[in-house]
Amino acid sequence: MEIDDDLLANSDAGTEDDDEFVELAPEQTSAMDGMDPEEFPYDVLALEQVVTLMVDIIKEVRNVVEIPATTTRILLNHFKWDKEKLIETYYESDPDRIFADAHLISPSRKVAIACSKREIKPRYSVKENGEYVCEICYASVPEQLMSGLECGHRFCISCWTHYLTTKIMDEGMGQTISCAAHNCDILVDDETVMKLLSDSHVKLKYQHLITNSFVECNRLLRWCPTPDCGHVIKGQYVSDKPVTCRCGHTFCFACGQNWHDPVKCSILRKWIKKCDDDSETSNWIAANTKECPKCRSIIEKDGGCNHMVCKKCRFDFCWVCLGPWEPHGSSWYNCNRYDEDEAKRARSAQEKSRAALQRYLFYCNRYMNHMQSLKLENKLYASVRDKMEEMQKHNMSWIEVQFLKKAVDVLCQCRQTLMHTYVFAFYLRKNNQSIIFETNQRDLEQATEQLSEYLEREITQEVLRDIKQKVQDKSRYCESRRNVLLKHVHEGYENELWEYLDNI
Amino acid sequence: MERRLRKELTNLIKDPPDGIVVDPDKISQNITEWTVDVKGAEGTLYQGEKFTLQFKFGSKYPFDSPQVMFVGKHVPEHPHIYSNGHICLSILSDDWSPALSVQSICLSILSMLSSCSEKKRPPDDMFYVRTASKNPKRTQWLFHDDTV
Ligand SMILES: [Zn+2]
Ligand SMILES: [Zn+2]
Ligand SMILES: [Zn+2]
Ligand SMILES: [Zn+2]
Ligand SMILES: [Zn+2]
Ligand SMILES: [Zn+2]
Repeated sequence: MEIDDDLLANSDAGTEDDDEFVELAPEQTSAMDGMDPEEFPYDVLALEQVVTLMVDIIKEVRNVVEIPATTTRILLNHFKWDKEKLIETYYESDPDRIFADAHLISPSRKVAIACSKREIKPRYSVKENGEYVCEICYASVPEQLMSGLECGHRFCISCWTHYLTTKIMDEGMGQTISCAAHNCDILVDDETVMKLLSDSHVKLKYQHLITNSFVECNRLLRWCPTPDCGHVIKGQYVSDKPVTCRCGHTFCFACGQNWHDPVKCSILRKWIKKCDDDSETSNWIAANTKECPKCRSIIEKDGGCNHMVCKKCRFDFCWVCLGPWEPHGSSWYNCNRYDEDEAKRARSAQEKSRAALQRYLFYCNRYMNHMQSLKLENKLYASVRDKMEEMQKHNMSWIEVQFLKKAVDVLCQCRQTLMHTYVFAFYLRKNNQSIIFETNQRDLEQATEQLSEYLEREITQEVLRDIKQKVQDKSRYCESRRNVLLKHVHEGYENELWEYLDNI
Repeated sequence: MERRLRKELTNLIKDPPDGIVVDPDKISQNITEWTVDVKGAEGTLYQGEKFTLQFKFGSKYPFDSPQVMFVGKHVPEHPHIYSNGHICLSILSDDWSPALSVQSICLSILSMLSSCSEKKRPPDDMFYVRTASKNPKRTQWLFHDDTV
């Protein structure tokens, strides 16, 4: 397992304001444990490398099918980058038909159209004292500052740059940008675009746009989810394994979410969807509403009176006992029917549906709690750094105080694991193994909270040696509990011991 | 892009297409908002009629198309012109190119009017006018048959 290495690298990235930590990173990483980073083979590709990869595939296809590169790229897109399928289809059916399907003009026809247009209209404005007039900015420009495509339309370089930037940044266009002239559908190829652009931000966005479908269609490629990162992870096969990008972010190669051991991608996806669907409303619903005993629609109490009328089905009932209102008679504000059978039945039905919500909230709160704590990771690193400086004033060497930073690394890993154990547990059906799992979870959680508490304690001269021993012991214990828990879950997967609840 | 707009204005005043009348005094105060008069050509359904076209240029002009519409009480009755003055013309949105100009837009609109064979509103006029934004550029145009 290379999880720890990855998380370490990740947390280092979170402390970029501190030189000491960054410098120390390799040593820390290798000292971490004997985990094998080679288990899942992958490469981190910069955007240029992705473009190269894409261009190589285009070249490969062009060796077989003789069409222009830009056209090939669009065709490949159309075939979801399945080059075998493209070549096969190209030779087995009518090529013109394929071009039409991909919203392309067949290359042979395109040339014909361009030629016929050329005869009607001059391609660019006449020279004015040895210079050309750019049809966009109306300025006179020397010939070397004019540029254009094979269609013959020429504009000044500054207008081209402006035009391309607008198309890329405002309209999000990549491979379908055509010549700036009216009614000219000659597409601007990527080499020309890169040559005409100078702003690296725009270049990056363009490369992202033209490679996006290539990456998205390719199962062995995945964008790093960090905003504006632009790196791509290339795996040798598809697997739910952690990968760490050059930016430091660690995520699951199969689903792109933050690394989520021990829960499986599909279960995590289900959970995230559930959270998105009802996290905001369900808390509020649990606290402030009841369901109409008759039609189950949600009722919010809006005044002091216990006499409720359901807006939907017009059922009259009592807010306190949930029984029908009628027998309450004139006891307007007091419910004296709490123990009547009818009221009891109504309440137990309500409890049942509330129980499901309560259960969800139980897991959700714990999941959120660890997530929240993880987000405070940077703050914790900063406060620990202060403590390390403090300790060095008390006759401890720099190397002697490094245990503190390592303890924070462990703490973060444990929280990340714990967070996802609640997702796993939410969907887990009770059996002997699930009981063992819950015991492991409880142990790890307790140890983690204790470690967290130690790290927040004030450091004084008296407790210095004592706290070092305690923190080191506790963080070692946390690591071992975490490994036990993960190993148990992984073995459960191998032996198919886990059963899931459906319908939740 | 003020230089280009000034130059376009000079050209348009100097050499306006047939049927287009530009009053430079109306424009000079604000270079980003023009109104030009359009006269219905002899021998067409609009002979003797006079309309007003409004142009608004955003900061990204000419890379972004201008906002163009008929204003005033008299909006030509045409199958591609809505009664609120919005014009269904592809070069004003999807087919815009920075190499087009006010002059070329005027020419397109003039030819649209001249080639019209029956005075009527677009079929969805009532609905469109009720729901459309004031800015025609906000409309996702589905272009009507160009041959009308
Ligand atoms: Zn120019
Ligand atoms: Zn062209
Ligand atoms: Zn990244
Ligand atoms: Zn995953
Ligand atoms: Zn009801
Ligand atoms: Zn009651």
